[in-house]
Amino acid sequence: MSHLRTELRQRAEEVVALYPSRRSAMLPLLHLAQEQDGYLTDEAMAEVAELTGTTPAEVRGTASFYDMFHLEPVGRYVVGVCTNIACLLRGGEELLEHASAVLGCAVGGTSDDGLFTLEETECLADCNIAPVVQVNHRYVRTTTPEAFDGLIEDLRAGRLEHDIPPHGTLIRVRRAGGLRADAGEIAAERASAREARAAREQ
Amino acid sequence: MAYLDSPQIVSSRKEYADSFTLARYLATGGYEGLKKALSMFPEQVAAEVDAASLLGRGGAGFPAGRKWSMLRKSAVSYLVVNGDESEPATFKDHYLVERDPHQLVEGVIIAAYALQVNRAFIFLRGEFALGLERLSQAVNDAYEHGALGRKIFGSDFSLDIVVHPGAGAYICGEETGLIEALEGKRGFPRIKPPFFPAVTGLYGEPTVVNNVETMSNLPWIVTHGGAAFAALGAGRSTGTRLFALAGRVKNPGVYEIEMVKNTFRDIIYDPALGGGIIGDKAVKAIIPGGVSAPWFGPDQLDLPLGQDEVAAAGSMLGSGSIVVLDEDSCIVRATWRITKFFSRESCGQCTPCREGSGWLERMLYRLEHGGGRVEDLDLLLDVSDNISPGLAWPPQQTTICVLGPSIPSSIHSAISMFRDDFVAHVDHGSCPHG
Amino acid sequence: MADDTPTTVTITLNGRPVVAAPGELLISVAERAGTYIPRFCYHPRMEPVGVCRMCLVEVEGPRGATLQPSCYLRVNDGMSVVTDSEKVKKAQDGVLEFLLVNHPLDCPVCDKGGECPLQDQTLAHGSGETRFIEEKRHFEKPISLGELILLDRERCIQCSRCTRFAAEVAGEAEIDFAGRGDLIEVAASPTQPFDSVFSGNTVQICPVGALTAKPYRFTARPWDLEQVESTCTTCAVGCRIAVQSSGNRLTRVLGLDSEPVNHGWLCDKGRFSLDSVDGNDESANVLSAATRITSPLVRKDGQLVATSWSEALAVAAGLLGGQTGERLGVIGGAALTNESAYTWGRFAREVLGTENIDANYGDGLDAALLQALPGATIDEAARARVILTMTGDLRQELPVLFLRLRAAALKSSALIEFAFGTSALRSVARVALPVRPGEAHLVAGALAGDAPSGELAASAEAIASARELLGDGEGVVIVAGRPNLAEDASVIETALRTLAERFPKAKFLPALRRSNVRGALDMGLAPGLRAGRRAAGASGRDTLAQLDAMAAGEQNAVVLLGGCVLGNVLDVERASAGLARADVVVVTGHGGATLAHADVVLPAAINHERRGTVTNIEGRVSAVAPKLAAPGASWDDVAIAAELAVAMGATLDVTSVEVAAKLIEETTGYPALSVLNDDTAEGVWSLSGERSVRRALDPMAFPGVRSTDAVGQGSYAGDTLNLDAPGVAPVSPTTWAQVSAGRGARVPHVDAYSLRLHASRRLYDNGIAMQGSPALAGLVEETTLYAHHADLDRLGVATGDVVNVVGANASVALPVASDDAVPRGVAEIAVGTRRDGENLLGRLAGADTLTLVRLESR
Ligand SMILES: Cc1cc2nc3c(=O)[nH]c(=O)nc-3n(C[C@H](O)[C@H](O)[C@H](O)COP(=O)(O)O)c2cc1C
Ligand code: SF4
Ligand code: FES
Repeated sequence: MSHLRTELRQRAEEVVALYPSRRSAMLPLLHLAQEQDGYLTDEAMAEVAELTGTTPAEVRGTASFYDMFHLEPVGRYVVGVCTNIACLLRGGEELLEHASAVLGCAVGGTSDDGLFTLEETECLADCNIAPVVQVNHRYVRTTTPEAFDGLIEDLRAGRLEHDIPPHGTLIRVRRAGGLRADAGEIAAERASAREARAAREQ
Repeated sequence: MAYLDSPQIVSSRKEYADSFTLARYLATGGYEGLKKALSMFPEQVAAEVDAASLLGRGGAGFPAGRKWSMLRKSAVSYLVVNGDESEPATFKDHYLVERDPHQLVEGVIIAAYALQVNRAFIFLRGEFALGLERLSQAVNDAYEHGALGRKIFGSDFSLDIVVHPGAGAYICGEETGLIEALEGKRGFPRIKPPFFPAVTGLYGEPTVVNNVETMSNLPWIVTHGGAAFAALGAGRSTGTRLFALAGRVKNPGVYEIEMVKNTFRDIIYDPALGGGIIGDKAVKAIIPGGVSAPWFGPDQLDLPLGQDEVAAAGSMLGSGSIVVLDEDSCIVRATWRITKFFSRESCGQCTPCREGSGWLERMLYRLEHGGGRVEDLDLLLDVSDNISPGLAWPPQQTTICVLGPSIPSSIHSAISMFRDDFVAHVDHGSCPHG
Repeated sequence: MADDTPTTVTITLNGRPVVAAPGELLISVAERAGTYIPRFCYHPRMEPVGVCRMCLVEVEGPRGATLQPSCYLRVNDGMSVVTDSEKVKKAQDGVLEFLLVNHPLDCPVCDKGGECPLQDQTLAHGSGETRFIEEKRHFEKPISLGELILLDRERCIQCSRCTRFAAEVAGEAEIDFAGRGDLIEVAASPTQPFDSVFSGNTVQICPVGALTAKPYRFTARPWDLEQVESTCTTCAVGCRIAVQSSGNRLTRVLGLDSEPVNHGWLCDKGRFSLDSVDGNDESANVLSAATRITSPLVRKDGQLVATSWSEALAVAAGLLGGQTGERLGVIGGAALTNESAYTWGRFAREVLGTENIDANYGDGLDAALLQALPGATIDEAARARVILTMTGDLRQELPVLFLRLRAAALKSSALIEFAFGTSALRSVARVALPVRPGEAHLVAGALAGDAPSGELAASAEAIASARELLGDGEGVVIVAGRPNLAEDASVIETALRTLAERFPKAKFLPALRRSNVRGALDMGLAPGLRAGRRAAGASGRDTLAQLDAMAAGEQNAVVLLGGCVLGNVLDVERASAGLARADVVVVTGHGGATLAHADVVLPAAINHERRGTVTNIEGRVSAVAPKLAAPGASWDDVAIAAELAVAMGATLDVTSVEVAAKLIEETTGYPALSVLNDDTAEGVWSLSGERSVRRALDPMAFPGVRSTDAVGQGSYAGDTLNLDAPGVAPVSPTTWAQVSAGRGARVPHVDAYSLRLHASRRLYDNGIAMQGSPALAGLVEETTLYAHHADLDRLGVATGDVVNVVGANASVALPVASDDAVPRGVAEIAVGTRRDGENLLGRLAGADTLTLVRLESR
């Protein structure tokens, strides 16, 4: 029995087919698994192991290397505040402290209502609007404590549902279709192209 | 020298709010470069890129044309585009992917055609959710438009592009770490030699790895010719470059500037660019090229923004970022934060980097937050020396990849340039700035 | 084609020229030249990864001298290397200091304290004072990775030896690094714990005290340990081991790096079943006072009571004396040393006058056939162009042979597998040929080009590709055992004959599993054989025939050697019926169910208490050494046989193990005394070969092994078999007809509702070796019937159902699981798993060539 729901399982199999080796689908599949559960459950990792031809230990080991994968449940919104150099120079630390106070949880923790998980991030590559805040990897561009408070209110009130899906949903634009450039056909085409070219060059 | 208005090669669509759509792209000359490329022989396309002297924009600055020609002798199997952009204060690829994804896709198709590969992977930083969506849409649209897939625009060339999301690890920007991640593993960099991507890359096959900005230049180069590109800039630094300006400037942002013709002072102070320092304070230090690079002081403000010029002055243009610290910025805190970044991002594979980064970070934390000792300064340098012997530039290393020797750069710069600031922290028992 | 690759290169090492093979790793070239470069992650039996950076040296290059990892760098001609400069020393000291940054300084309480490479390096090179005053990283103290292994994450130095062993050597990545940077930890998944049968190797190669084995933890301090080098007899691979004791207790077994055999690896059964050391799968917890027999016993008024040796020998002589050879017999001996087997063989023939003698228990292959096949060594198999396996799952049967063959298949050999059922080698096989019970000889015929009579499970394409690989048999090694215990041995024997005749260039490696079975057969413990692999042209009863003869009253007495017949013969009821009617003299170190039938029990020394030689599957003779004194009044088997002969009024002129060894070597040329006199030596007994050399031990590769000078590499015995000796004819192919004639021909009719039974083995079985070992007992799996999902669907049965399995004589209820590694039409049951007390196979299998079962819902 698949842990991934039918639609995601099917998508997962399509993703696997995009790569010359099954294991290559690891990161995209982990994103898909996280899309279903918000974090990576043991069941999901076992299924990714099966899909990628690896062991559950390898999946767990690989997933835990990457910051975006959560092996424990997180809030519906993962709020990341950057404190790296560019944001540091523009109040990143202070904003993170403020966020911690407003959400009532320590950095790395989850608010009591289970809605928010707060993270201190490394540079999020949007330093022209520093300090940078992301919610579920969407830039929200709130650089002041007041703006941050407004953001949290909006999230609580569900006003940003459209822009910011629950944690785990990363890419809402799906790839349309699989591979089109079939290796065998290409080899044949290459050969005929070479001939044509030789003819032209003569 | 005064700021010289630069042609906008990769940011030409910046005034359009819908610059990321296929419609806008087509309306502004999109995919014309590709059509032209397809009418040429692959070698001719590569020759144009070679003539352009396009230096890689990912950090190492290796000429793209040379990289390709090294490879074209054997069959290249894969093209991999590096869009992991995680170098602190670097945000130009983010800009390109979100604002002009079709330009990137077109560049990738042109490169793939020149290299005659049929599968390209664009590895995009996972935290770029919007960028991933826009790029995925652009790829879908490109297939739909006939620019991807079988027999592109009726030619004999076929290509698939797969957008591969990263998942949050700086080291995946390093090309062999990126390849490991693309193979579904931890981003542990591989040892070079033997694992030069060009020889033994993705799945052990010859692979070209190029940066997003490098790729984004290709439609223009093909359209206007390599010579036109090479006519811009000077020396080895041709064309324009995106600079990501951040820190204590009034107008941080991404600016496309002709290489060499402008200086650090221009980009920081010109009203059309950085606009000067917040509160009109004095510049204390400049971190060019990402946090792996040695710092400059105000005395280097007139240094031209060119690869060789900056290298000659003892640092690098690297990823194209410029971070400005002003007279009020705490040097120790900045150094600590940069070191903390490396400590968090060290992949953990080799001992000096894994353990050294954490040790240095803990020492700097103490200096900043209380408990620093004067002897810590020499210890910081000696521990740094054990990661990057001689603390030389360009660096030597005891590690597998160059993340290791990047760690000491800031520490060495900061202590050499601002030893008094550290001593003041020791005397005060913690940060005097509070 | 001319090959102009140079065969040697010259490098400059600290100014001196050093010659090496091209592509060799710098670290080992330097080591051979006497320059030992410090290291942590490098292990000579695994691919280098170059991650710990301890082995940095200066190498001259285009950009001047740079620091390079010598474990990763392959030498090429003209390379110039400096290992002793200030720069190198600073880099290496720096790495050592970095390794200690997060490493707890708790050596006095660490299990590795005293034998820890990190500690040794630090004492040798460390500055002595720490410059690190920050907080170290903290983890919860030891956590369990699996049933046997604990991990103290704080001590881990991230060398990745353990994770690489799991993925690269064992092929089961049940542990992997998790996390990043200095928070990296070794971790297993909760959904699949680290329960590999090779898990103990990770403990042995861990260079710090991070990984510990639950059975060994806190049992001894390294400096209290004494060690002998010996040979593991848990199975017949014969891995070289270091046996360590503390006080009068065995505490630990470590693998020695024997180049031709085990490369330092062991399986967990060999490593941890210390308390069930005779390898016959039938011993109770033999070191425990409760099961160990420490004085002779005789049956009086229905009870076994302790007595003196003289009385016991007299009673035994009385029971055996005055009978003709026909009415006597000897069973067992696979757990003996060669010297004991030799002495008992002579006792049987010279004193008892019988040819009824057999070291197999009805689950082996014809001994004469095995000896007639051209033999391959393990190394030859591992270097073969093509390996063909006709065995059970080797990871379960001969685990370290599995490691060797897996490595070979991954590297350069093409593996053709007769796929009888589940097998861990499947994933590395080039061709897997599904073979149903009763079909192996037909598939062998098809490989030899015969048109198959009837339909085979293997496709014509698969057979064609296997044939193509086999070619004319040149470079082919065929590994053959008894994959299916519910099938008559003649199926495999016929297959072997076919392959041997049709591929005369192929070589054979027998894969029988029971400890010293090869040595016992070589010493003549089989009907018609004599010591030194000779045929005598006589015939006698094998084990099953003797048991049946006893039940029929045709045989009156039997001597049981080294163990428990009832624990080894698959049909327990058949065995009991025979023993119940005969006079039974048991020579053993410990009890078992057989004692219920014993009239006299003669207590023998067991492994780790005795001196001698043993022979592994390939015919390699190596020494076993005593580490403990045998308890109570136990004697060595050599003495027991010799004294029993005297009690019966005869003499064998064997007065000690050494004398037995001398006689073996002098009369047959079979290596014995020469091996015994050098207790680190071993040799392959074959007709050609070379003498191998000792290799220095890298203390970093196998920390904890206390010998630092040498690991037994073997004195090759040489071409000493005198083929022309008068009176004895060596077994040769011409005798095959005779050995295999007239065997099992009754093939039952297979209908659509029947499944052919494949009875396989598990390493962790129900034998007393496992039961007697507190560490391992819990690992025996449930008895389950596995079949292809299509068959289960067809029969309307699902995974998890319990069904009645109806066989020839009875029906048993078993849970069912689907496994598509089992060929269609076949049901696989591992015998010797939890339910074996019920005599499963005895009840399911009849007298036919193969066994059919039906599944009926309950
Ligand atoms: C630690 C480290 C991080 C890197 N990060 C990036 C990155 O985020 N993006 C990038 O394009 N190149 C990055 N690089 C450089 C790549 O290794 C590689 O040189 C580059 O992608 C090649 O493309 P180019 O020739 O077009 O510049 C990084 C290198 C190192 C050592
Ligand atoms: S547990 Fe031991 S073997 Fe494994 S990585 Fe850590 S130090 Fe190395
Ligand atoms: S890097 Fe060579 S031994 Fe570890």
